[in-house]
Amino acid sequence: MAKVILKLDSDISTDIIYPGRFMATVLPTETPQFAFADNTEFNRNLQDRKIPPGSVIVADKNFGCGSSREQAASCLKGHELTIIAKDFARIFMQNAINLGLKMVICPAIEADEGDEIIIEGGKVINKTRGKSFDIAPLPKARQAIIDAGGLIPYTRQKILQKFGT
Amino acid sequence: MGMTMVQKILARATGQPHVAVGDVVEPRVDLAMSHENGALVINQFVEIYKGTGKEARVWDPSKIAIIFDHRVPAESAKTATNQKKIRDFRTLQGITKFHDIRGDGGGICHQILPENGYVRPGAVVVGTDSHTTSHGALGAFSFGIGATEMASVWALGKILNVEVPGTIKVVVKGQFPPHVSPKDLILHLIGKISAEGANFKVIEFHGDAIRAMSTSGRLVICNMSVEAGATSGIVPPDEETLSYLREEAGVRENIEIICPDPDAAYDQVLVLDVSTLEPQVACPHTVDNVKPVGEVAGKRVQQIVIGSCTNGRLDDLEVAAGILRGRKVASGIRMLVFPASSRIYLEAIRKGYIADFVMAGAVVMNPGCGPCLGVHQGALADGDVALATTNRNFKGRMGNPNAEVYLCSPETAAASAITGAIADPRELSAGKAAAGAAKGGK
Ligand code: SF4
Repeated sequence: MAKVILKLDSDISTDIIYPGRFMATVLPTETPQFAFADNTEFNRNLQDRKIPPGSVIVADKNFGCGSSREQAASCLKGHELTIIAKDFARIFMQNAINLGLKMVICPAIEADEGDEIIIEGGKVINKTRGKSFDIAPLPKARQAIIDAGGLIPYTRQKILQKFGT
Repeated sequence: MGMTMVQKILARATGQPHVAVGDVVEPRVDLAMSHENGALVINQFVEIYKGTGKEARVWDPSKIAIIFDHRVPAESAKTATNQKKIRDFRTLQGITKFHDIRGDGGGICHQILPENGYVRPGAVVVGTDSHTTSHGALGAFSFGIGATEMASVWALGKILNVEVPGTIKVVVKGQFPPHVSPKDLILHLIGKISAEGANFKVIEFHGDAIRAMSTSGRLVICNMSVEAGATSGIVPPDEETLSYLREEAGVRENIEIICPDPDAAYDQVLVLDVSTLEPQVACPHTVDNVKPVGEVAGKRVQQIVIGSCTNGRLDDLEVAAGILRGRKVASGIRMLVFPASSRIYLEAIRKGYIADFVMAGAVVMNPGCGPCLGVHQGALADGDVALATTNRNFKGRMGNPNAEVYLCSPETAAASAITGAIADPRELSAGKAAAGAAKGGK
């Protein structure tokens, strides 16, 4: 069971998730401090570890639109958050899969802050509302990367195959 | 069944006679571009090789381009150190297409790539920047990826697990009325199909308005295709593409032309007519919140920005300088101009545009991304309103979430600089014409 800790509208841009002025910070170990930096209260709660790993952000459509900055995915991964959205922008989705950030496409999701959620068996179950919603599959092209645990280990496998190791 | 542009390019890049939409392919990459975020790519690249016992070498140093543009000259010690790290890596790996912070060869990546002839029709181009869609203007399949994905490309020379995208065909007819430009067209299109109307798809541009459009204009529409969520925008190459590559970009070798099959299948076909199009403005805080300029005219602004990979080219500066020549930027308005590349900057000096800007009261900055993404110069104050020829108006985009950004064409921006509020460039020039006619009558 996980709690919805943030409910967002559609078209949440990478500038909101990770403002451009922090882009000089690139390392995945350093980016989490600037997650949703302009939402000062939420950012403080993240930094003070008041939000447990596995907590859920629920968004409407087109989450992560805008920049290709990978910091937008790595900063959320650093806090081990799960993102449930009606759908995602392409580059953000690929970055999230590449880094192993947990993301769920749930076209009909209904949830508010504070709701308790379980993700299981291809469904998002909102315990608070007593309703469940179907999960849409991630792009099939990316399944092998997800299975390998991200693009770094996946590419590493390819390199070893190439050299016949 | 025939193939679209992107199907044909991906078929070629995978050595197959045919690929279908939805196929999963691993195309070889012809050009892999990064900017300052190359620092993260390097980090992930080194990470990939950990434990393999192999030396971390890029697949082909001649196919990697690195351009410093986002924060030039460095705004902080951290950026400077990242840039140094990239410089060292570049030397170590022998990367040739490298553009450092220089007055004689620097600029924004999406201008440096075309003007140096790095992009060819039919190529597969990837960049760690979402506006890599720009290079579809030259008939390449060009799209943005993240840093880890780029590290994988550096290692393997191909992109893993790409799903062949479907295509939306946009047919643009008619002739642009005076004071209406490709920027107005693309803003109108984004407003029409929404910020995610083309998510995971390619927009292929056709029609007589596109055929008549310069490469500079095609770069504008492909650049902003990503604001409709598109993986890429693409223009089938033609005479104009060839003459740009030969004359502007200095390409000598053979250029192959790839065009879509006449019986290609499209997900959707949209027909637009620009002959009745008005100047458009994208209002805060989403790029698809687009209105004809008349609906927002009169809105007071504090900062005007002309530049960026969207509208910082010579023709953009020319039209803006033409409006400002002999006039003054309204008092209380900060007007910032940043040319897209050193080459454009020099040309604009030679043609006198830079003097026009400075004498009108504008501040001309060095080529680069400047205030576009809010990390460098030209940040906005709380409550400020900016009008910019850039491509994004997201909350916080120009460095302050408590400010507003409107987007428009260079003409609308220049006309508004004079009045101090969002203005219709057609009215300004009508005034000018009327004054001229009165003079002529005496
Ligand atoms: S000018 Fe702006 S949009 Fe273009 S590459 Fe630079 S930051 Fe990105």
